[in-house]
Amino acid sequence: MDDVTPFLVLSAILFSIGCVGVLTRRNAIVVFMCVELMLNASNLALVAFAKHHGNLEGQVAAFFVMVVAAAEVVVGLAIIMTIFRSRRSASVDDASLLKY
Amino acid sequence: MIAFWVLAPVMVIAALGILFVRKAVHAALLLAVVMISLAMLYAALEAPFLFAVQIIVYTGAIMMLFLFVLMLVGVDASDSVVETIRGQRVLAVMVGGIFAVLLGVIVGQAGIGTAVGLGAANEGGNIEGLAEVLFSQYVLAFEATAALLITAALGAMVLAHRERLVPRETQADRAAARVRAYGEHGDHLGPLAAPGVYARHNAVDTPALLPDGSPAEQSVPTVISNRGTGRPSPSYRDVDRVVGQLQSRRDDQDPATDTVVEGSGSAARGEDA
Repeated sequence: MDDVTPFLVLSAILFSIGCVGVLTRRNAIVVFMCVELMLNASNLALVAFAKHHGNLEGQVAAFFVMVVAAAEVVVGLAIIMTIFRSRRSASVDDASLLKY
Repeated sequence: MIAFWVLAPVMVIAALGILFVRKAVHAALLLAVVMISLAMLYAALEAPFLFAVQIIVYTGAIMMLFLFVLMLVGVDASDSVVETIRGQRVLAVMVGGIFAVLLGVIVGQAGIGTAVGLGAANEGGNIEGLAEVLFSQYVLAFEATAALLITAALGAMVLAHRERLVPRETQADRAAARVRAYGEHGDHLGPLAAPGVYARHNAVDTPALLPDGSPAEQSVPTVISNRGTGRPSPSYRDVDRVVGQLQSRRDDQDPATDTVVEGSGSAARGEDA
């Protein structure tokens, strides 16, 4: 295994699927899962490049992405919970008060 | 490379499944499949530390958090099928497809050459190597993540906190309200009747039968009747059948009982006369 191109292609595919999911799904929690999928895909690219360059900095970057993703999930899910509590809905279309 | 060719189709299919499944719980489980497969790929890419962290943090902590929130928000909070912006779904899929093809072609054509491999960098151990980079070059960023995590924890607590607007209802308050309801409307003071126990059903969604054979609606917990599972359930059909049988038996016996009552009545009247 001396070429990391397949890993990068897989990462690109997963990232695109996550993108489409964020654009098409209506449930806020599933949208959030798709964001996680995109973060994971970028992590895969980082780890693949770390192997390609023979340098551990890519893995450190992936580690930081994981830390930030953990913090993001905690706050994001708390926001979804708060919206659900006040509006009784987890759909991204229902939270449209600022529009009017 | 075998691991990659085995896991890559699984990951792509599971990721596509997230787009198509109706229930959010299924999407969460498919995402867990993708994340565990990703951990295997990290192991194949000579990143044992990230392999462990991926499983512990992502599939262990983050996915459990997702499932807990799904439990609180309601499992059946499924997507509506109606599009709010017309043609948005088709356009999104088209743009996503174009993006994937573009990215894939660019990466495929780039020809980045053979990988150096992490043999030299991992020589003193992967975790030791990571620690060296993390605590020398990126120590400031590491400290910043500490602040970030504390902020996130505080933010979650502030967002999840709910002020109590009305004082807590105690048992004495509930008892007083009950007695008041009895005095004003004549509501039943004691506990409600227990659900029915029959030869075929003793579930809580089966109503008890009143002496006249009609089902006692109040004996079914309000949660179940509100959820709408009471009426169409098979046990209710059995109750209806029992009620029907009792009704028909009573209809059969009615003339006889009527005559007996009339006879005794007339006899009593006759004695009086």
